[in-house]
Amino acid sequence: MRIRTLMLGWEFPPYISGGLGTACFGLTKAMDRLGMPVTFVLPRAKPIRLVAGTGEPVGSESADDPLHYAFRHVRLRPVGAALTPYASAGMVGVASRHASGLDRFGLDLEADSHAIYGPDMVAEVHRYAEKVLQIAETEEFDIIHAHDWMTYPAGVALAAHSGKPLVIHVHSTEFDRSGEHVNQYVYDIERHAMHVANRIIAVSNYTRNIIISRYGVSPEKVEVVYNGVDGHGAYNGGGRQAWPAKTDKVVLFLGRITMQKGPEYFLYAAKKVLEKMNNVKFIMAGDGDLLYGSIELAAHLGIGHQVFFTRFLRGDDVHKAYQMADLYVMPSVSEPFGIAPLEALQHDVPVLVSKQSGIAEAFRNALKVDFWDINEMANKMIAVLRHPPLHEMLRVEGRKEAFRFRWEDSAARVNEIYHATLGVA
Amino acid sequence: MASVCFYFQVHQPYRLRHYTIFDNGPDYFDDNKNAQVCRKVAHKCYLPTNRLLLELIKAHEGRFKVSFSITGVVLEQFRNYAPEVLATFQELAATGCVEFLAETYYHSLSFLYSPSEFAAQVQAHKELIRELFGQTPQVFRNTELVYSNAVAETIERTGGFKAILAEGADHILGYRSPNYIYRPPNTQNLKLLLKNYRLSDDIAFRFSNPHWSEWPMRAPKFAQWINAVNGNGFTVNLFVDYETFGEHQWEDTGIFDFLRCLPEEVLKHPDNNFMTPSEVADAYESVDIVDVPRLMSWADTERDLSAWLGNAMQQNAITQLYSLERAVKRSDDPDLLEDWRKLQTSDHFYYMCTKWFADGDVHKYFNPYNSPYDSYINFMNVLDNLSMRCRAGRHRHQSQGSITTLLPA
Repeated sequence: MRIRTLMLGWEFPPYISGGLGTACFGLTKAMDRLGMPVTFVLPRAKPIRLVAGTGEPVGSESADDPLHYAFRHVRLRPVGAALTPYASAGMVGVASRHASGLDRFGLDLEADSHAIYGPDMVAEVHRYAEKVLQIAETEEFDIIHAHDWMTYPAGVALAAHSGKPLVIHVHSTEFDRSGEHVNQYVYDIERHAMHVANRIIAVSNYTRNIIISRYGVSPEKVEVVYNGVDGHGAYNGGGRQAWPAKTDKVVLFLGRITMQKGPEYFLYAAKKVLEKMNNVKFIMAGDGDLLYGSIELAAHLGIGHQVFFTRFLRGDDVHKAYQMADLYVMPSVSEPFGIAPLEALQHDVPVLVSKQSGIAEAFRNALKVDFWDINEMANKMIAVLRHPPLHEMLRVEGRKEAFRFRWEDSAARVNEIYHATLGVA
Repeated sequence: MASVCFYFQVHQPYRLRHYTIFDNGPDYFDDNKNAQVCRKVAHKCYLPTNRLLLELIKAHEGRFKVSFSITGVVLEQFRNYAPEVLATFQELAATGCVEFLAETYYHSLSFLYSPSEFAAQVQAHKELIRELFGQTPQVFRNTELVYSNAVAETIERTGGFKAILAEGADHILGYRSPNYIYRPPNTQNLKLLLKNYRLSDDIAFRFSNPHWSEWPMRAPKFAQWINAVNGNGFTVNLFVDYETFGEHQWEDTGIFDFLRCLPEEVLKHPDNNFMTPSEVADAYESVDIVDVPRLMSWADTERDLSAWLGNAMQQNAITQLYSLERAVKRSDDPDLLEDWRKLQTSDHFYYMCTKWFADGDVHKYFNPYNSPYDSYINFMNVLDNLSMRCRAGRHRHQSQGSITTLLPA
């Protein structure tokens, strides 16, 4: 049976940063290749012009606009909504209390939300849910698939309204994003959706364990589907860049500079590396609420002249950063999966990842450390920088392994889970 | 005639402690862990098996015989951590039915990197065996049965050896059987005993595998297979890791019962007997030359050295280690020399193997590290410190030298 999915997804790259959009786009493209019919409800901040009567968008800002990706089995249904999964530097707001008539689906919309999330997020989440209900009126589907907390209320509401089963896909939890200082409002949305959902897809066993232990969900309901990585992300053009002067080794942090990503552990380890080696530069590429704090910390540690902050990088600049790097480090405090290390490997950069990540459990040809163990982190950084055979093997074997994480495999697993959820062959 | 020739390999390395680039003491080895492993394996394998063998040797009044190759590094550890194991090996030696073979003291791959170091380690091991067991080894087996014509030639030149052991690999034997005695090319008197890997692996690997068509294998069935060799060979060389008994094959698999019943079952056939390797070498003439121009070992299906030297990290680590030989030996520092030698133990390179990384497998079971990368990093950090000690030693020597010349005579 061909199962028709109504997918509540996320804006595709390059419009947002971070792994969620990348994962949604990768999974959806693979489902398309496998011939799985999907209606993808896409929140768009920018106005979209549609060709009258077709629902097809016209015009675009860039050539690789995903709206122009040639899907065959996936239909995109853009909705105007200002949802962004992450806040950028300094964008710490208190969510307002707009409530719109979704209370009947069991959500307490008056909850106070001190958030690392953008302003008016609560209102946006609910506006989005209402629009999803409208769109669904004109759609035929067998199953609902919702990605991360901001789409859960819409998924829960739609499941109640339509009677169709709900699968939620957990790319991260409130505990990953906020540590122990969870936002109660967000936690409640997550917990409610997890308990209402018919199946839960977790991006790793690491995340599955959080879902079971922190949200009290019964283990049988939670399946693990690893992310894939797009072959197209690999960049093969051009030689290595000559900046900074390549007598220096370069260690790269690339990601949002937030508590979750562990930027301070990177800097403490950098300090220790520089005690043993002089010719090392550290690049921190990304934005986030700890950006300024990290710049200050680097200065405070006396290594400011050897740490470079590039802010958020796009497109070619990302490729350039990888080209310069001798080592990519992901020191995340809690990382549900971690697509970024796989992308680094596709760019021929060996990786060191924290053990508190999904990728650490699934990947062999990477170095692994506890995020808090800065001594060991520095020890391993130095080893990669000093021993060419180690660098070479991590790079070559890691790259091979990275290409084994295929979105088609993830999509096929999702398809199995749909069938099991619907109880059909 | 079918002579069953048992040789058991006994070895435990000195495992390294976690050693980072920020450490700088010369204490490289994890004494706690090494003691712990030694006692654990003693309890599960060495003690019960030694006692069982003693019992069997007594019961069969000299008709049941075995041989051992016990590395110098494990004998040291027995002495320190499990003296009762050493005592039972000495009891076995006293029965006159147990032969001890020679190998490199440090279970090293020194043959490939330093002829003089290889010779020194073989000599040291011989002396230790003589001291502990009162017999001089007459048969040599190289670490992991690493073997080629060149190893045989070296051993014959060394002198004092009747035979050498190697893997009965298909690619060197062709249609020939491992159950005959052979000789290496370009040697005069040395005999070559080849492992019957099918029957050896039936015990060491397949014994407890319920998916094996012959499972469960009990002693009478195995004895039938031995009997079948009568008329088709002289000897069945069963070369297995001693840890097979109780450690790789747990007691509840019935491995001890198998061993307990085996001598009686084998000896039921009037043409069967048990012999040690030097007895085999004395009793039978070699039938042919076996030419082994390239190095081989008893490991994995490849029977090559790729488990120790197969990747760039392993090559780098071992080359760096042996490049320090001159500096270490010139330092005249016995502690430094001993540390350097303990680092030669082949296990350290085995831990860096990435060959089976994809599917875990046997290699993982014996590996104290989570990944081959971690083991390489740890080893290289230790080596870095060792090399600093070499340099420091040289400076001290030089400065001491200059001071003495300044002193009035």
